[in-house]
Amino acid sequence: MRKIRTYNEVAHETGSRILEQVLEQRGRLESRLSSIRAIVAVVSGKGGVGKSAITANLAAALATRGARVGALDADLNGPSLGRMLGVAGIALVDREDGVEPAAGVAGVRVMSMDLLQEDDAPLRWRGPDGDGFVWRGVAEAGVLREFLSDVAWRDLDYLLVDVPPGTDRISRLLDLVPQPHQTLLVTTPAEISRFVVAKSARMLRDAGVEGVGIVANMTAYMDPAAGTKPLFTADGALALARETGLELLAEVPFDPELGASTDRGRPFVLERPDSPAAHALETLADRIERGKGGRLSP
Amino acid sequence: MKFLCIPCDEVMGFAERQLPGDGTMAAVFTCPGCGHEMAMLTNPMETQLVSSLGVRVGGRTVPEQPMELTRMAVTDGREHAFAEPAAGNATSTADHGVAGPDAGTAPARVTWDDEARERLSRVPSFVRGMVKRIYADWAKDNGIAVITTELMDRARSELGLEGM
Repeated sequence: MRKIRTYNEVAHETGSRILEQVLEQRGRLESRLSSIRAIVAVVSGKGGVGKSAITANLAAALATRGARVGALDADLNGPSLGRMLGVAGIALVDREDGVEPAAGVAGVRVMSMDLLQEDDAPLRWRGPDGDGFVWRGVAEAGVLREFLSDVAWRDLDYLLVDVPPGTDRISRLLDLVPQPHQTLLVTTPAEISRFVVAKSARMLRDAGVEGVGIVANMTAYMDPAAGTKPLFTADGALALARETGLELLAEVPFDPELGASTDRGRPFVLERPDSPAAHALETLADRIERGKGGRLSP
Repeated sequence: MKFLCIPCDEVMGFAERQLPGDGTMAAVFTCPGCGHEMAMLTNPMETQLVSSLGVRVGGRTVPEQPMELTRMAVTDGREHAFAEPAAGNATSTADHGVAGPDAGTAPARVTWDDEARERLSRVPSFVRGMVKRIYADWAKDNGIAVITTELMDRARSELGLEGM
């Protein structure tokens, strides 16, 4: 059989310049992120645990302390962060050096697919009919890359990235930002949540991601009439912390008003700062400030 | 992806790209040794896969624009999702022809005649700012002060703005 040189044995560039373009994209991403003090990934793997509400409230809490905060909604298919931070319908200013993000409550700079689409429009892609599974994930990764690199985030203390459910979505972020300064693993006390989020914890551990902590959401029900009641019978968040050795950073009780105010684009930490849920979120903001890359980190 | 001319044992070099408009692509490669040409033909799905990476086979004729992939790939883009910078606050050359360091012979300001402006207004607003900037930068680079529809056609041809 004749010997044909392998791909790696052929060093000569073909002139198609694909590699150069990919490297240029990488360079642009690194350059953009270099002006951000700390990237904080808010992940779970599980849907419905309150990642976006935690992200919105945390962003507002940090911003009201004087931090320069950006919030990136990485949930392209079900964006909600923009509305929670009060920027629905705001136009993005189109500049040569990047797209200016929308200014939300407390001056949080926000980027979300919600800002780019009609309200009832699902995320759909131009492209050939059929076989979308082959390229759709690549396109989504490309859009996330552009949200990071082509938005004029400018100098930030914190960029919070709200990552949608699914461990694959966490991987997608890590492909672009291999080592976020801090990663919040959001779960609830429910056993099924522990089961799913444990997979994300393992994935983060296997990827060598440092600075991971657990946020237990909906740990109790704040009944306006009857006071605090348990919402779940299990203690999945504590069990997850024990199993993984990860620190439990905060326990945020469920307050019906938290959802309502966040839906109105007014984060709960601003609307009801004296509530137990807001106190828990402020505790979480403290931990971020003192964590890796934080303004108060040692 | 590389193409090897087996008789010459030479890597074939990229020569030309054609997008006929049906979602397919032809990329021509030439052997530097014997001059043999071959065309790589991709079907719509393969073409889409490459463009989803935000790259162009053969390289770019204009720099990648901010959020270019998002604007080109997403359907149902919201009207007025993007706004132009307020006058006097622009870093783009699209409106004001702001002279850059290489603008020795460039016009101080690029303007659009009525027909060109009308044609530009028909570009979906989701991509209009990006398209406007590309034409304006091309005009500046070519020392053109007033953009007409004829010049827009010339720019499209020179820059290979397929799909824009």
